Amino acid sequence: MIQVDIQKNLGTFQLNIHFQSESRRIGILGPSGCGKSMTLRSIAGVERPDSGRILVDGQVMFDSNRHINVKPQKRGIGYLFQNYALFPTMTVAENIGAGLKGTSGQKKEQVACMVERFQLVGLEHHLPGQLSGGQQQRAALARIMAYQPEVLLLDEPFSALDDHLKEHLQQEMAELLKDYGGTVILVSHSRDEIYRFCQELVIMDGGYDICHGRTEAIFRKPRYIRAAQLTGCKNIVEMKRLDEHHASVPEWGFLLKTRQEIPADTTHLGIRAHDFVPLWEEPPFDPGRAEPGSRPVDGVPQAGPGSRPVNCIPVQIRSMARLPFEDRYYLQGAEENMEICWFLQRDLQQAVAEKGLPRWLTVPEEKVLFLREKPFP
Amino acid sequence: MEELQEILGKFDWSPLFISLKTGIAATIFSFFLGIFAARKAVKAAPKCKAFLDGLLTLPMVLPPTAAGFFLLLLFSTRRPFGAYLNQAFHIKVIQSWAGCVIAATVIAFPLMYRNARAAFEQIDVNLIYAARTLGMSEWKIFWKVVLPSAGPGVASGTILTFARALGEYGATSMLAGNIPGKTGTISQKIAMVIQDGDYVTAGIWVVIVMLLAFGIIMVMNLILGKKMKHIKRW
Repeated sequence: MIQVDIQKNLGTFQLNIHFQSESRRIGILGPSGCGKSMTLRSIAGVERPDSGRILVDGQVMFDSNRHINVKPQKRGIGYLFQNYALFPTMTVAENIGAGLKGTSGQKKEQVACMVERFQLVGLEHHLPGQLSGGQQQRAALARIMAYQPEVLLLDEPFSALDDHLKEHLQQEMAELLKDYGGTVILVSHSRDEIYRFCQELVIMDGGYDICHGRTEAIFRKPRYIRAAQLTGCKNIVEMKRLDEHHASVPEWGFLLKTRQEIPADTTHLGIRAHDFVPLWEEPPFDPGRAEPGSRPVDGVPQAGPGSRPVNCIPVQIRSMARLPFEDRYYLQGAEENMEICWFLQRDLQQAVAEKGLPRWLTVPEEKVLFLREKPFP
Repeated sequence: MEELQEILGKFDWSPLFISLKTGIAATIFSFFLGIFAARKAVKAAPKCKAFLDGLLTLPMVLPPTAAGFFLLLLFSTRRPFGAYLNQAFHIKVIQSWAGCVIAATVIAFPLMYRNARAAFEQIDVNLIYAARTLGMSEWKIFWKVVLPSAGPGVASGTILTFARALGEYGATSMLAGNIPGKTGTISQKIAMVIQDGDYVTAGIWVVIVMLLAFGIIMVMNLILGKKMKHIKRW
């Protein structure tokens, strides 16, 4: 159980974060410089918040009202730094043994055990500078685990690595942490990493926590504009709610008709770039709703909802990018300045190659995200 | 040639030993004081640090004779502190070897302090944070993580401190005077024989002090160089 409620003035912005979680695998997602690392450092006790409280498993680590600030040495919280922070003048074995207490015999035994467990056999007498990135990470993790922390904080552990090594180390880290019974908090700006490792997720931006909950639930329904962006939603556009089941996006020339009720406070609509479905044949029209003063554009009757096809966006291509396993199309809807991103994976690429680019994109109702601005506290 | 032999035959080697002794003692004092002060400065709040830094660097930028003036004010047996030392502990700094060491320490100390501080400031603060989260005490962090990581800076500080202490003249001559066999250091000897017009003796001492300084710095660099394998060559 982690409970964090802290404020700190960081000069350019104010860190004001509040969350609590029972989960053993917590992720903090946010863009660079949003205060994620500062939050982690405050939990570890190496930075002191201006005010607030931090509780770990019921124990008060920091409480500004009661003037409690437990030293990092006494918190039992391990911290894996982005650059691993291995002591450059000590060998791997010395690094692992650096924080251990007990007789030299006991220490040796513990170090040997960690060397074995973290696959560092043969590297005990190497200096950190002589190790590869992966070995360094294992050594740093071994050093922390030797100390048997109840909480493990991972500060962007993979962000400095190249893609190939990153994949490998993520896999390795997942293996190594499988049996770890303590709480892990992973801080990252990579949604893939967070999604992969964390059951619960806190999204942060500009020093604030935007939302907090089960990772899958947040990715499925982000609720807030910023949360949608940070979970990777590429298409976010202003929306006009017409009634409980109808909304229009004038910039796309898009009329949405839903079975579910559209939340009343929705101001924006989000569609993930992978969720579009191409439509080659002419879509059905919605006869019921006419908007006075609507005019056809370029001879195509699409300006008013009355003459517009439902749940379909008329699109024209602007540009495309071909990636190894994905084609990315940048399209435009009714208005030229509004870009729509559409990412196709293998199965759809084939269809597009055969039939050409579709004139319409449609989207399953359940994939539409209804969003609003998060009111700042 | 014969003249040189004659001079070397009855040569008084005492300035060499006095200078060496003074240099070593002053380096040892400066080493610990400098590191201690640097550690305090790195941990201090910015305003406090600026003041501390100015005060501790002053002896380096001040004319040594000005430093000597302050030392005289402090240690003169006619002044309260000096008189107290003399009466209570029979310690006399003026005109004594202790004076040599104190003068050299005060003048050379800023070199140690500044080098150590710069080295400490270069250390990745994450190393210290990591050490703290690993449960290492502040003391252990300092000796096992900070000092070894700051090794090159501390080493060069030590070398420069020794070199400066070895050659100290101004403050030493004011505080300790030039008593042959007691406080007569090489630099004072050179000044004295030059005044007598004895360029040969002066030249011999210049050569000795040059070889000494160069040799020691060389040896220290080589020894320390071996311990710094983790530092990459440019």
